[in-house]
Amino acid sequence: MIITGETIDYVAALAKIQLSEEERLRAKKDLGEIIGYMERMNELDTTDVEPMSHAFPLSNVFREDEITNGDEREAMLLNAPNQKDGYFVVPKTVE
Amino acid sequence: MMGRGEKMEITIKPEMAKKIEIADKIERAKKTQITQITACELGKLIKERKISAVEAMEEQLAAIKKRETDYQCYLTVAEEEALEEAKRVQAGIDSGMYADSPLAGVPIAVKDNICTKGIRTTCASKMLENFIPPYDATVIRRLKEAGMVMIGKVNMDEFAMGSTTETSYFKQTKNPWDITRVPGGSSGGAAAAVAAEEAFLALGSDTGGSIRQPSSFCGVTGLKPTYGTVSRYGLIAYASSLDQIGPIGRDVTDCAALLEAIAGSDPYDSTCVASKTSAYRGALGNDISGMRIGIPNGYLSEGLEEAVKEKILKASEVFEQKGAKVEFFDLPAFTYAIPAYYVIASAEASSNLSRFDGVKYGYRTPEFENLKELYEKTRSEGFGDEVKRRMMIGAFVLSSGYYDAYYNKALKVKAVIKKAFDQAFSNYDMILGPTAPTTAPKLGESLVDPLKMYLGDIYTVSVNLAGLPAISLPCGEDGNGMPVGMQLIGKPFGEKIILQAAYSFEQTRGYKRPFDR
Repeated sequence: MIITGETIDYVAALAKIQLSEEERLRAKKDLGEIIGYMERMNELDTTDVEPMSHAFPLSNVFREDEITNGDEREAMLLNAPNQKDGYFVVPKTVE
Repeated sequence: MMGRGEKMEITIKPEMAKKIEIADKIERAKKTQITQITACELGKLIKERKISAVEAMEEQLAAIKKRETDYQCYLTVAEEEALEEAKRVQAGIDSGMYADSPLAGVPIAVKDNICTKGIRTTCASKMLENFIPPYDATVIRRLKEAGMVMIGKVNMDEFAMGSTTETSYFKQTKNPWDITRVPGGSSGGAAAAVAAEEAFLALGSDTGGSIRQPSSFCGVTGLKPTYGTVSRYGLIAYASSLDQIGPIGRDVTDCAALLEAIAGSDPYDSTCVASKTSAYRGALGNDISGMRIGIPNGYLSEGLEEAVKEKILKASEVFEQKGAKVEFFDLPAFTYAIPAYYVIASAEASSNLSRFDGVKYGYRTPEFENLKELYEKTRSEGFGDEVKRRMMIGAFVLSSGYYDAYYNKALKVKAVIKKAFDQAFSNYDMILGPTAPTTAPKLGESLVDPLKMYLGDIYTVSVNLAGLPAISLPCGEDGNGMPVGMQLIGKPFGEKIILQAAYSFEQTRGYKRPFDR
């Protein structure tokens, strides 16, 4: 797999980050090597192997649909970079 | 009011004064050594009223003040809160509380990715530089229930991504055995603090070796529990299917006691299962005759430093002398653990870290035109290089067109590795090997080549993929006098067996302090 500049732009956009030209070049080199190394997995025959997301079988844990936490709006807003009238403030997104 | 020294000069003869001076010195030496004993020993002294929880904390804080300039283990020392809490715990002890808790009154350090109510929790990232959690992680609640007193928050690789603690945004923690070397990572501050006697115990987290490898590099003992043994509620997520919180201590007994305090199911983490048994200290016996120990053939070949290999083979001889049966066996799948691990961990990281958007908490870029720019500038300025790298790798392996070839393939490799371990454990009670292929590298050498750094995780990541418990404990030093760690891997929920074997091994060699070099 050859990692091109376009690939880097694409994954940076997916990760919602901007890269400087220097970072872009470095990422191209590093990701090229790392993703190239990841292809070693292809040496291992995994025909008929089911993908495993968890090492142990987990079943759903159910509980009653009841509110157990209190009103913590104030506490939750304490860490907000910008808040007003009990809401998070963001730039206008709808014209 | 006259000082004690002045009074002596006036009323006591010189010979007598000399004697008192010596006695004073002995008394002082005894006191400075309080920070040197194990957590369980301290807990016992506190129970016996030989020292109070407050005195122990004062001694610990004094040791931190003395050594922190050299080692830089802590991001936050919560001095006031710690002394206040120590007072509260001592009052509890005096009124008969904490009778069943061997660690009541013991000062403990906590990795800075575990949420502590009212105390800054940064993940060693600019992104969370000013984040003050409004709640305690479940493990923090359990520490409090057991009467342990938190000293503060210790340094780590940013968002636990790294193997040296050098990706921390704030400071570089040094290895107490040699300050020109790294402490390992990502729980480098935790392992260094325990080794430097700046904490009796520490809580770390382990996603791909982050408890075991720094424990190995710093000459202390660290345990990564079976996935689901300890609640992850309040642990800032890196790779949720692999993350586990675990203990770091100066001996096996301390690790067992701390695990006992933090293990157990939690309604806030549905992957955390009710453990069948949690009396881990009860398993610590010397007799391991008849135990079956397997060493994977590949573990002692390619890329392993000669000194490490030699110590691991020596350790296997010790086990044999104790009546265990040690055998080599094939575990070929383990070489594919590194690529599979970095695919899975990066994929989960890219998803988990999408929550840092400059809106609800954490860093927000000062200038932006619109929402897209707010997100992108916040994340570009708030995250360091290694975090960005892994988020991009994660975005790549999950993107359409590559999902099957990378992410899905990694999940299949994981299944193969899990099966290989299952087979191994039908023949062996545990697996023995190195924790890391080398001892601690020099500062500044690792980050230039990330792939090379990733390859150093060869012995640890497969354990996380298979969800297994594993312990790292010191088993000697290399030619430079740096500690070598060995790893014992157990079957799922087989903590007791590996703790027992580790304890038995520990009886054959005394604990070595970095200051004794």
